[in-house]
Amino acid sequence: MSTKIKPEELLKDVTYKPRFVNWMDVPVEFRKGTFNYAGSEDALIYLDQPNPRKWQPTDPDWKLPKNWQEIILEGLRERLEKFRSLKIFMDICVRCGACADKCHFFLGSGDPKNMPVLRAELLRSVYRREFTTAGKIMGRMVGARDLTFDVLREWFYYFYQCTQCRRCSVFCPYGIDTAEITFLTRELMNLIGVNIDWIMTPVKNSYRTGNHLGIQPHGMKDSLEMAADDIEEITGIRVEIPINKKGAEILFVTPSADFFGTPHYYTLLGYIMLFHEIGLDYTFSTFASEGGNFGSFVSHDLMKRLNHKIYSEAKRLKVKWILGGECGHMWRVIHQYMDTMNGPADFLEVPKSPITGTVFENAKSTKMVHICEFTADLIYHNKLKLDPSRNDHWHATFHDSCNPSRGMGLLEEPRYIIKNVMRKFTEMPDNTIREQTFCCGSGAGLGTEENFEMRMRGGFPRANAAKYVRDKYGVNICLCICAIDKANLPPLFDFWVPGLEVGGVHEMVGNALVMTGEKPREVDLRLNPLLNEEDKQ
Amino acid sequence: MGIQISLLAFVVVLLAGWIAGVLPFLKFIFGVILPYVAFAVFIVGLVIRLLRWARSPVPFRITTTCGQEKSLPWIKQNKLDNPSSALGTLGRMALEVLFFRSLFRNTKASLKDDRLVYSVDKWLWFFSLAFHWSFLIIFLRHFRFFTEPIPSFVGFLQSIDGFFQVGLPIIYITDVAILVALTYLFLRRIFDGKVRIVSLASDYFPLLLILGIAVTGVLMRYFLKTDLVAVKEFTISILSFQPIGAELLNKLSPLFMIHFTFVCTLLIYFPMSKLVHLGGIFLSPTRNLANNNRMKRHINPWNPVVPVHTYEEYEEEFRDKMKAAGIPVEKEE
Repeated sequence: MSTKIKPEELLKDVTYKPRFVNWMDVPVEFRKGTFNYAGSEDALIYLDQPNPRKWQPTDPDWKLPKNWQEIILEGLRERLEKFRSLKIFMDICVRCGACADKCHFFLGSGDPKNMPVLRAELLRSVYRREFTTAGKIMGRMVGARDLTFDVLREWFYYFYQCTQCRRCSVFCPYGIDTAEITFLTRELMNLIGVNIDWIMTPVKNSYRTGNHLGIQPHGMKDSLEMAADDIEEITGIRVEIPINKKGAEILFVTPSADFFGTPHYYTLLGYIMLFHEIGLDYTFSTFASEGGNFGSFVSHDLMKRLNHKIYSEAKRLKVKWILGGECGHMWRVIHQYMDTMNGPADFLEVPKSPITGTVFENAKSTKMVHICEFTADLIYHNKLKLDPSRNDHWHATFHDSCNPSRGMGLLEEPRYIIKNVMRKFTEMPDNTIREQTFCCGSGAGLGTEENFEMRMRGGFPRANAAKYVRDKYGVNICLCICAIDKANLPPLFDFWVPGLEVGGVHEMVGNALVMTGEKPREVDLRLNPLLNEEDKQ
Repeated sequence: MGIQISLLAFVVVLLAGWIAGVLPFLKFIFGVILPYVAFAVFIVGLVIRLLRWARSPVPFRITTTCGQEKSLPWIKQNKLDNPSSALGTLGRMALEVLFFRSLFRNTKASLKDDRLVYSVDKWLWFFSLAFHWSFLIIFLRHFRFFTEPIPSFVGFLQSIDGFFQVGLPIIYITDVAILVALTYLFLRRIFDGKVRIVSLASDYFPLLLILGIAVTGVLMRYFLKTDLVAVKEFTISILSFQPIGAELLNKLSPLFMIHFTFVCTLLIYFPMSKLVHLGGIFLSPTRNLANNNRMKRHINPWNPVVPVHTYEEYEEEFRDKMKAAGIPVEKEE
C-alpha cells in the first residue's frame, strides 16, 4: 500500500480554511488507509476485557451489547466523578480555535474534525445532551446530540486519529488536554469492546511475556547475546550482559523494540557499551522487559496492570533503583502515573549514580531515572572518554518526542549529550521542537500498516521540518529518544524526506565512546565505515 | 444556525429591556426584582459549579510541561513554564490568568507549495487581552455608581483610562478597546472557517450580550445623556436593600434599562455557560499543578486494585525455556 500513494497527491486537497458545514451532518467514512483494524478476540479474552468478538470497523454491525449506550453514558458519568480534568475540560472550552491548526492530523489532512477543539466536541456534544440542562432541552441548537451508532463510529474514527501528543494543550489558554479526552473516550469505547488490535494485542503480549512483541525469555537472551557479539566485532571487547540478576544495583528497563527493532537495536548497543565501560552493576529483566505501556493508550486499568511489573520486578531482584531507556510514552507513564498507581516505591533507594555520586533528587520518590539524565551527568563530570569525530559522517537534528517534552520537560539532557558526542548538530525550526514538537504521527497505537495514509498525513509537519534542515544544512540523521519514533520515522521519512536516517541518542554515544582496551574503530554501530582522518571536519 | 439563534435571543433581551424602560409595571420587575434574582443566580450558580468541579478528585498529576524540567543542578530549569514548586506554579498561573501566556504562543500555519510554514499570530491574544482587561477596568470604574463616597481607586482608574484627554466627556481608552476587541472576536467567528465551524449559539450570544452592554454604556456616556444622579441613587438603593420609589424609577431612561437588563441577563447566563472559564482556569490541572511528579508522590483517592500477572505465573509458564537458556529462576521445578 505504501507504494501506491504519492506525497504530492496527499496534500492536493488539504486546506486550512474548511468550508462551512454543520459538522454533525457530515457522516464518517472509513476510507482504506485511514483507520485501524479492530482488537482481536483472543487478546480481549486473555485480558478479560468486555465483549470479545470478531468484527471490523467497516462492518455494518459492530455486534455491540444491547445496552451499549447505557454502558457508555454510565461510564462517562463515573469518569466525570473520578476526573476533575474531564469535568473541567467539558465545561470551559470557549472554542477560541487557538488549538485548531496545532494538530498534526489537521495539518496533514485538513479534516476539521481533526482540530482538537472539534475532536473534543465529538464527546462534549454527548456530554451536553446527557449532563447539562440546556443540552437536554435544546439539543442541537446548543451543540448537543444523542449518542447514536453514527456518533460511535465517528468517535472510533477520530479518537483513533489522535496520538495523545498534547501539542494542542500547550497553546490552549485553559490548558485543555485533548490527550486526556482521547484517552477517556477510548476507555469508554473499550467498555463495549470497541478498540484496535495494535493496542490490544501488544497489551496482551506485554501482560503475558512482559513485552509487547511477545518475546519469550530465551528469545530476549538470544538477542542480547547477539548484541554482545556485534559489540565484540566492532570494538574487540566482550561484554557481559546480566539478565534477571538478583542483587544488582540497578534494574534497566527499556522499550522492547530495542531488542529487535531497527534502528532501535543500535541504541541498545550504545547502552550496553556504556554500562560496560563505566562498570555499572545493572541487570535487564525478562519479566519487566517492556518500558512501553500500550495500556496507556486505552485504559487506566490496563496501564496499571502492565506498569505493575516494573516495581514488582525491582522488588524481586532487590535492586536499589531503576534506570529507564529511550522511550516516549513509557516515560509519560513513569513520570506521571507509576508512583501514583503502583507506588510507593519505599523498598528502593533514592537514585544515586555510582560513578559520579550524583543524587537524582528529581526522582527521589519514583526512584526511576531517565538514561539521558544519567548519561548527561556522566559527561558533565568527565567520566566518559569521548571521540565525537567518530560521528563525523553524521549531521544530526533532534526530534523531541511528545511525551518527554510535554509530559516531563526533558529537553536539555539529550541535547547536551548529542553536542558532546558529535560535532554536527542543527536544530529544526523553533515552532517544531521542544514543547512545540510535532508527533511522528503514529503514536498511541496508530502505527499500523493499514493506517498508513493517515500516519503519513499526521507525520507531515514533522517530516516537513526535517526536510527543511536536510535541504538547507545537509542534515542526514534525525535523532530521537522514543521507540515509536524509531519505528515510525523511518517510513515517514522514506515517504516525505527520502534518505534521512533515524537513530537514537545512545547510538551516537556508543559511536563516540572510547572504551578501555578497544581496537581501533573502523565502523560505526551500523557497520558503516567511519570517515578517514582527512575527511573529518 | 448558531448566529441566528443568538441574534434572536439578543433581540429578545434588548426588546425586553426597552419595554421595561417604558412600561412602569415591567420597570418595577426589571429594576427591582430582576437584579436580586440575577445576582442570586450568579453567585449560587457559580458556587454550585465550582463545588461540582471540586467534588471530583484529581487522580493524577498531569501537567503540560512547556519548558525544561527541574533535573540536574547544572541544567537551567524553566521555572515558569515548567514549575516544580508552589511558587513557580503560582507564577505560571498568574501569567496565564493575567496575561494569557499560552495564547501568546499562538502561531498560524499555512501551506505554501507543499511546504508548511508558521507565522506569528498574536491578534487573538491581543484582542482577548484587550477585551478582558477593558471589561475589568470598566467594571471597576463603575464603582462610582455603587458606593458613596466613591473609592479612591476609581478616580485613579479614570485618570489613567482617560489619559489622552480627548473629547468631552473624555474618551476612555477601555471604552474604545472593548468595542474594537469584541467586534474582532465576533467577526473572527464568522470569517475564520476553522472557528466558524465550531462556533455555537453559546459562543455568539455572550459576545452579543457584552457588546450590547458596552454599546448602551457608551451611548449613555457620550451621546444620549442619562440622569446619572438617578442611576446612582438607584444602584445604591438596590445594593443597600432599600425599597425604591416609583418616582426614582421614572427617572431611569429606557436606554439605561436596556443596559441594566443586559447586565442582569449576563449574570444569569454566566454560571450555565462557557463563561465559567473564569473559575475553571484556576482549577485546570494541566496548569495549576507543579511538575514534581518523580519527587513527590501524588495520591489517587480511588486507586483501584487491578488483576496483575505475577512473576510467579510468568516463571511457571516459561521456566523450562528460562532454564535451558541459562536465565536464573526462583524455583527449579
